[in-house]
Amino acid sequence: MSKSNFTRRGVMKTGAAAGAALTLPTYLRADGHAGFTNAPGDSEVVLGFNVPQSGPYADEGADELRAYELAVEHINGGGDGGMLSTFSSKVLDGTGILGREVKYVTGDTQTKSDAARASARSMIEKDGAIMITGGSSSGVAVAVQALCQEAGIIFMAGLTHSNDTTGKDRKANGFRHFFNSYMTGAALAPVLAAQYGTDRKAYHLTADYNWGYTTQEAIQSSTEAMGWETVNTVLTPLTQTDFSSYIAPVLNSGADVLVLNHYGGNMINSLTNAVQFGLRDAQANGVNFEIVVPLYSELMARGAGPNIKGILGSQNWDWKLENELGAKYSGTNAFVQSFGTKYGFPPSQAAHTCYVQTLLYADAVTRAGSFAPCAIDEALSDFEFDGMGNGPTLYRGSDHQCFKDVLVVRGKENPENEFDLVEIVEVTPVEQVTYAPDHPQMGGAEASLGECNNGA
Amino acid sequence: MFGLTKKDSTLMLVVFGLVMLAPFLLNPFPEGSGMAQFNAGYPDLMQRFVIFGIFAVGFNLLFGLTGYLSFGHAAFLGIGSYAAIWSMKLVTLNVIPGILVAIVVAGAFALVVGFVSLRRSGIYFSILTLAFAQMMFAMAYSVLTPITGGETGLQIKNTDTPLFGGPVDGSIGRANLFGYEMGNSMELAVGNHLFTFNLGYYIAGFFLLLAFYLSIRIFRSPFGMMLRAVKSNQQRMNYTGLTPKRYTLSAFVISGMYAGLAGGLMVAMDTQVGPERMFWTASGEVVIMTILGGAGTLMGPVLGAGMIKYMENIISKINKDILHEWFAFLPDGLEDVIVSLVYPFIGKGWHLTMGILFMLVVIFLPGGLVEGGQRIAKLFRRNKTADTQDATSRTPAE
Repeated sequence: MSKSNFTRRGVMKTGAAAGAALTLPTYLRADGHAGFTNAPGDSEVVLGFNVPQSGPYADEGADELRAYELAVEHINGGGDGGMLSTFSSKVLDGTGILGREVKYVTGDTQTKSDAARASARSMIEKDGAIMITGGSSSGVAVAVQALCQEAGIIFMAGLTHSNDTTGKDRKANGFRHFFNSYMTGAALAPVLAAQYGTDRKAYHLTADYNWGYTTQEAIQSSTEAMGWETVNTVLTPLTQTDFSSYIAPVLNSGADVLVLNHYGGNMINSLTNAVQFGLRDAQANGVNFEIVVPLYSELMARGAGPNIKGILGSQNWDWKLENELGAKYSGTNAFVQSFGTKYGFPPSQAAHTCYVQTLLYADAVTRAGSFAPCAIDEALSDFEFDGMGNGPTLYRGSDHQCFKDVLVVRGKENPENEFDLVEIVEVTPVEQVTYAPDHPQMGGAEASLGECNNGA
Repeated sequence: MFGLTKKDSTLMLVVFGLVMLAPFLLNPFPEGSGMAQFNAGYPDLMQRFVIFGIFAVGFNLLFGLTGYLSFGHAAFLGIGSYAAIWSMKLVTLNVIPGILVAIVVAGAFALVVGFVSLRRSGIYFSILTLAFAQMMFAMAYSVLTPITGGETGLQIKNTDTPLFGGPVDGSIGRANLFGYEMGNSMELAVGNHLFTFNLGYYIAGFFLLLAFYLSIRIFRSPFGMMLRAVKSNQQRMNYTGLTPKRYTLSAFVISGMYAGLAGGLMVAMDTQVGPERMFWTASGEVVIMTILGGAGTLMGPVLGAGMIKYMENIISKINKDILHEWFAFLPDGLEDVIVSLVYPFIGKGWHLTMGILFMLVVIFLPGGLVEGGQRIAKLFRRNKTADTQDATSRTPAE
């Protein structure tokens, strides 16, 4: 045994020194002189692209990353400029952001909030990223958005559809371009009524987590307002792969419409099961039985194969939009062309929203003349723009949600190729999907953005 | 010192030195250089090193000593996290009560789970713990959404009003220790090097030292001897008139409390919890950390935890562009070939690298990284002794 030789004086001295060290200036959470976290130098600025590269949404993450790389190329003046030529704001001139060349770092969220936050924190603390963007699931988006709010960094959400992101969990430093569950409900309901009538009985199967709940709530309230009746709602575990036992009771329940509030692999499996059980060919209450999938994505449509034919759903954007519905949706073709030239296939809606978010950020910084989050907040709030593929769009200041037309789509009967799986049924105009910022589905009057945070 | 033998004191001092000097040791490369990619000395990762170090040290007390392989330890980490964040939301933003609550609540759950699971041993015990953990994960993910926030998890919000000392200006409260926030850092620039000293890291480091000290004491105590006896021959223990379950249950609860401490610290450093923290892959991760570093050794789990977290956070962030920069000096065709050869092992491919490494360790170094270190040390020592033997025993040829 060795002898310890702590003296009272020694302990007191060490304690005093440690105390003094702790009270030393704490300004160094960031560059003190600039007044906000990670103020960039004079030659370059770093953006953080935090997308799922492994896990269930890896395909979407890969497409998002492609879109980000394309956006950086265009902002730095490379390529054909993509949407820069159609974007209604013309301040971006291909010389980077405020004369600084755009660099980027990437990270893997693994579709887990912990991993996503670890990756985002390393981008902020180690790489000096000034903005974080990405995410392919609402849990991750909400978690990273909260982190960015705390750190004083801007967060531009990628694909996240749950109401909560700009609803009860909205943050002043976070912005979402993608649409949400409420908009899906509001856009789908009139089309459903027109296609299937107003006296239908719906049966909901809902993935047992946040996004599932908000989507079911939105669809249920919108369709009930049209005169539909909800027969039953059943929660299914997220990890379920075989939905036969959930599908079997549907036909005898008196329902004539099945709503699948599922996404990704869940949706592919449940839809396949439903079709195998013959629901598409069945009759109930004297009418044809129908299936509805609220949130569509190209990747899911590819996974579900022929089962998707004739099924209605909603989308944020589609690469055929401008060709089919005209110049109102300008920007679409410019983006599809530069994406296609670079990668050889058309972009998904996830890629589109990520690309647009990056350009919107760069544009807001340039208009504000500053990288400070509060200046960007001001520049983006209630910003109206056009030429980004969705028609005239508003970035609402009270909840940082974009308002634009929503697409109602249907699985194509005779697809010409593997990228042409959906057809656009109708475009619901923005007025129909707009709601009050304090809508009960959006967290009610309690939800608030809080104060914007510049960091240290 | 503190009731440790000389050898253990040295080990303790080494760990102390590593923890204190980590900001220097982990940032060996100057800012802006090509190698800066490999620096790990930023607050988030340093905190993760020590937190998962604590988690693995606690797991090792159960697995390394008694040989009981719990496959659901992440559940206790998650429960600790939920307890800590509720303490911060409701009681105070000070981290100390949060961490204590986390330890106590995780310990209580461990007692219940351990009481049931320890009726069986071997694979059945592992399956039981796995089942409990998955059950808790599923509940946190959906059934208990009002308490756990479901998939989205829990964060501190500006609407939270803790009993003591919440923010009054409507801003979001931050975890602190008597007013000093966990995010506070001091930076020291020496030439091109930049070193960050983060308050949160040193608090977590303090707990790691405490946890490590306790683990040494348990290893060397009669209680630790009993746990080893459970591992070597439980039947013989029974015949001797001892009740193994008392010892295994204590070990299980202690190791659950370690996991709770780690969970509480995670919330203290980064105020959010998500249920995937309790998923079975997270439980698997701590098993891998312990085995990779060396099960049953004192230092192994800490090394294993550091290794995995380093790969997860550093290797996974290398993307194709960075590779192209590295190999830019090669002719174009060759550059592309090399990049496409290396690419599957970095970035999102870090799992693959990790798997290969794990296989190599299990096959060639069953005692983990610690055994690797010992072999190297022995190599040098044997060389020296061999040399001297040679010199003394050399006899002239006849």
